[in-house]
Amino acid sequence: MSHELPVAGLERRAVLKASLLAGGGLALEALIPLRVLAGDATEEMSTAPVQLSAFVAIAADGTVTIVSKNPEIGQGVKTSLPMMVADELDCDWSQVRIAQADVDQHRYGEQSAGGSTATPKNWLPMRQTGAAARAMLVQAAALKWNVKADELTTARGRIVHGATGRSLGYGEVAAAAAALTPPDLNAVPLKRPEQFTVIGRPVVGIDSARIVKGEPIFGIDTRLPGMLYAVYEVAPAHGGRLVRADTDAAKRAFGVRHVLPITGNGDADNGLADGVAIVASNWWLAEQARAKLAVEWDLSAAKGHSSSVYRANADAAIAAGRGTDLRLDGDPTAQLAAAAKRIAARYDYPFIAHAAMEPQNCTARYRDGRLEIWAPSQTPQRGLEVLHKALGIAPESVTLHLTRAGGGFGRRLMNDYMVQVAAIAKAVPGVPIQLMWSREDDIRRDYYRPGGWHSFEAGIGANGQLIAFSDHFVTFGDGKTPARAAGFNPAMPPAGLIPHLRYSQSMMPTVVTTGALRAPGSNALCFASQSFLDEVAQAAGTGLPQLMLTLLGERREIAARDNGVPFDTGRAHDVIAKVIETSSWSQQPAGPGRAKGFAFYFSHRGYFAEVVEASIAGADVTAHKVWVVGDVGSQIINPMGAENQVRGAVIDGLAQALTGQAIEFVDGVVQQSNFNDFPLARIPMTPEIEIAWVRSDKPPTGLGEPALPPVIPALTNAIFAATGRRIRSLPIRLSA
Amino acid sequence: MPYRLNINGAVRQVDVPAEMPLLWVLRSELGLVGTKYGCGKGFCGSCTVHVNGAAQRSCQLPVGKVGDAQIHTIEHIGSTALGARLQQAWLTIDVMQCGYCQAGQIMSACALLAHTSRPSDDQLNSAMAGNICRCGCYNRIRSAIRIAAGLEQAEAGRVA
Repeated sequence: MSHELPVAGLERRAVLKASLLAGGGLALEALIPLRVLAGDATEEMSTAPVQLSAFVAIAADGTVTIVSKNPEIGQGVKTSLPMMVADELDCDWSQVRIAQADVDQHRYGEQSAGGSTATPKNWLPMRQTGAAARAMLVQAAALKWNVKADELTTARGRIVHGATGRSLGYGEVAAAAAALTPPDLNAVPLKRPEQFTVIGRPVVGIDSARIVKGEPIFGIDTRLPGMLYAVYEVAPAHGGRLVRADTDAAKRAFGVRHVLPITGNGDADNGLADGVAIVASNWWLAEQARAKLAVEWDLSAAKGHSSSVYRANADAAIAAGRGTDLRLDGDPTAQLAAAAKRIAARYDYPFIAHAAMEPQNCTARYRDGRLEIWAPSQTPQRGLEVLHKALGIAPESVTLHLTRAGGGFGRRLMNDYMVQVAAIAKAVPGVPIQLMWSREDDIRRDYYRPGGWHSFEAGIGANGQLIAFSDHFVTFGDGKTPARAAGFNPAMPPAGLIPHLRYSQSMMPTVVTTGALRAPGSNALCFASQSFLDEVAQAAGTGLPQLMLTLLGERREIAARDNGVPFDTGRAHDVIAKVIETSSWSQQPAGPGRAKGFAFYFSHRGYFAEVVEASIAGADVTAHKVWVVGDVGSQIINPMGAENQVRGAVIDGLAQALTGQAIEFVDGVVQQSNFNDFPLARIPMTPEIEIAWVRSDKPPTGLGEPALPPVIPALTNAIFAATGRRIRSLPIRLSA
Repeated sequence: MPYRLNINGAVRQVDVPAEMPLLWVLRSELGLVGTKYGCGKGFCGSCTVHVNGAAQRSCQLPVGKVGDAQIHTIEHIGSTALGARLQQAWLTIDVMQCGYCQAGQIMSACALLAHTSRPSDDQLNSAMAGNICRCGCYNRIRSAIRIAAGLEQAEAGRVA
C-alpha cells in the first residue's frame, strides 16, 4: 500500500511515500524539491537535477536502513548524511545500516559529489525525513496502545509511554506505521540542537571497518565472472587524433584477447577521445602489450601548446594592457595615480594534476543492448549524458552502480573513463571489461587545475588605507568563455570592501583539458590575492590580519553578484579574530628564519582564517604548525570526518606549495608522469594542525574544500616574514 | 610459467610470466584485491605486502623471484595480534578519508612495529615515508601507530 501526501506551500511539492517493507516494516521515501543554493549553478554542477530524495526503512527487527545516494569519494557523506536521518528518527546509530544507491535520477534526484554542497542541500530534507518516520512510528504506537501520540517519547529506537511505563521497539510498530498517512513534511517538528544524539558526535566512517581489512569496495576491486582487463592508449599530446594503428604485434602478446582501435566522437574534452584499447586476461599483460603498438597520431593541433609559449603569451597580454573588464567599481585608474603609495606585483601558478590514489577506472558489461556499469564517479548522472552523446547509448538502457572512489578532488567530476570502457565493452558484447589507467595515464590525461597569471596594483592613501586595487588576470579560454575551472571570481576580496577596484581578464586558447580541483578557482586566486594583500599590508605598515579586519569594517552581508554567494563580513571578522587568538599571532617565534604567516579566504560557503608557522634553512621550507579557524555554520555534523577534511585540505595545500607540483607541456605533451616528478605530500612534512570552529547561527555548510585555499598564502606570507623573500610563483622553489 | 606461492598461509598456484609483478598475481589472478595499485613504480606504497615479514612493494617484485617466501597481505593481517591491534587503532580514531592507501599504510606500520615496538618520531616518519596518502591523513596515521604501540592513549571516538 502506498500513500502520497503532497506538501503545499512550495512552488514544487514535496512528496512522502510510505509503503510496507517486505518482511513487515516501514519504508519511507521523500521526494523533495531541491532548494537551489546561491552560487550553485557553477560549471561543476550545471546539469544538476532539481530534486533530491531521502529513503529510510525500519524493519520488523528494528534495523534501520538508510539509503546513501551520493558518491562517496572520501568526503564522508555516506556517513554524515545518514547521521542526519538517524538523529531525527531518534534511533541508535548501531541499529543503522547504510545501503549505497545505484544511479537513478528518477528515484533519487541529484546524485553527485562536488562543490561542498551535500551538507547545505541535505541538512533539512534528511532531518525532515527522519522526523517524519519517527512521527509515523509514534502514531502507530499511540494507536496500538490507544493513547495520545504526544504522551509518547522516543529514544534509541524505542517508544515509551511514561505514564504506564510501557515501551516497544520501532520494529514492533513499523508494519502498522506503513499503513498510516505520512505527515506534512514541512510541519514535522525537528529537534533543537541540544537534543541531537547522533549529529555532532564523532562517528567512525561507515566503510572504515571494511577498508582496514582490505575488503573489495573500490571501483578497481570490482570482479565479475569472465572479466577481462583493459588499457586505453591515447595520443601522446593533448588534442591528438588517431590516424592508423598497427595492432598485429600487440594482438600476439601473451594474454592479449583484443586490440581495438577506437575513433572517438571528436570531443576529447567531454566525450570519447580517440584511442587503442588492449584487452587482456590480466591488467599487467594489457599494459605490457602497449609497447607493441605502432600507432600513427595526428598531433598537429597540439603544436605550440607549450608551457614556455603560455608564459610568453601571458607576458604579452599583461604588457598589452588590461584585457576585458570583469568588474569596475569607482575610478581605480585615477585613484591609483593619486595614491600616496602605489605598489605592483605579478603572481603566477602552474597547471596541477589531481592524482587521486585510485587511478581512473571503470567496469562495464554490454549485453543484449543493455550496458551495466560499476563506476567511481563524482557525477554519474552526467556520465550517462556523455554516454548518450558519444556512443548513442540511451540512459534508460544503462544500469549504473556506484562504487566507493579512492579520492576525487574534482577529477571524477569528469566521466572520460566511463565512456571509454563503454566503447570497449560494446565492442566485445557479453564480456565484462575493467578499464584501468596506469598512473602515467592519470598524470598525462587529467582535467588539470589550469595555470594563471595575475598583474596586481594597489594604491595606499596617506593614512595607510588601501584605497584602490586592480588585478589583470590572464587565463585560458576561447576569447569569450574561460576554459573549465579557469574563470575568475569577481567577488574576490578586497572587492566590495574598497570603493575603487578593477578586475580584468585576458585569455589564450589551450588544447589541454582543464577542470575543477578541490576549491576550484579559490585554490589559486587565494594564493595570489592574499599574498599580494600581505604586500599591501607591509607597504601600509601593518599586518595582513589587521588590514583584513579594517577592510571588512562593520558587520554586514555583502550581496552576491554573478550567481555568487553573499559574503558576511561579520563571519569573516570572527574567524580572523579567533585565529589571531589561537595562534598567539602577536608572538612571533624566536630565532632567525622562522615566522608565522596569515591568510583568510571565503569559498564554498565556508569562512577560513589560517596561520602557518614555518622555518627556512637554505632552500628548505618546513611548516611546523598550522592553526585553522573555520565557520561552516551552527553545527559540525560529524567531527570525526570534519576535522579529517580540514587536515587533508591543509596538507593538500602545503603539497601544492612545497613539493614542486607543476604540470608542464611541450607541444601538448605532458612532461610529468608519476609521483617521482609530480610529488605528493609524505608523512615527514606533516605539521601539527590545530583546528577551532566558530559556531555562527547559520545552517551548516560543506567542508570538502574551503579549508584549502588560505594555507598556501599563509605559508608564503610566513616565508616572507621569516626571510624577506616574497613568493610570487608556485610551486615554491627557493635557491639556497 | 607455473608457480606455487605461499600466500596468507596457503599454497596458491598460478601460471603467469616470471616478470609479472606479485601485485598483479594477487589482484588479477587470485582475487586478493586488498593490495592496491597506485603507481606501479614503487613510489607510493599502496601495494605494500609482507615478504617473510618485511614490507615490500609488490608492484616491484616479479613473481619469479618470490620462490618459497611467505607472503602476507592485508586480507590476512588481522589474524595476527599486531595486525589486529593496528586495525583497531585505525578504527578508534578513524584514520581514513578515501581509504584507498590504507591497506599499504597498515602493512608498512605493521612491519615497523614488528621490529621497532616503540618507534621514535623519526623512526616512524622514516618507516612510513614511502606510503603516500593523497587525502593527507598523516596526523592520524601517526597517532594510530602510536596508539597501537602503546605510546598514546586510545580513546574511542577521539577526534585526532
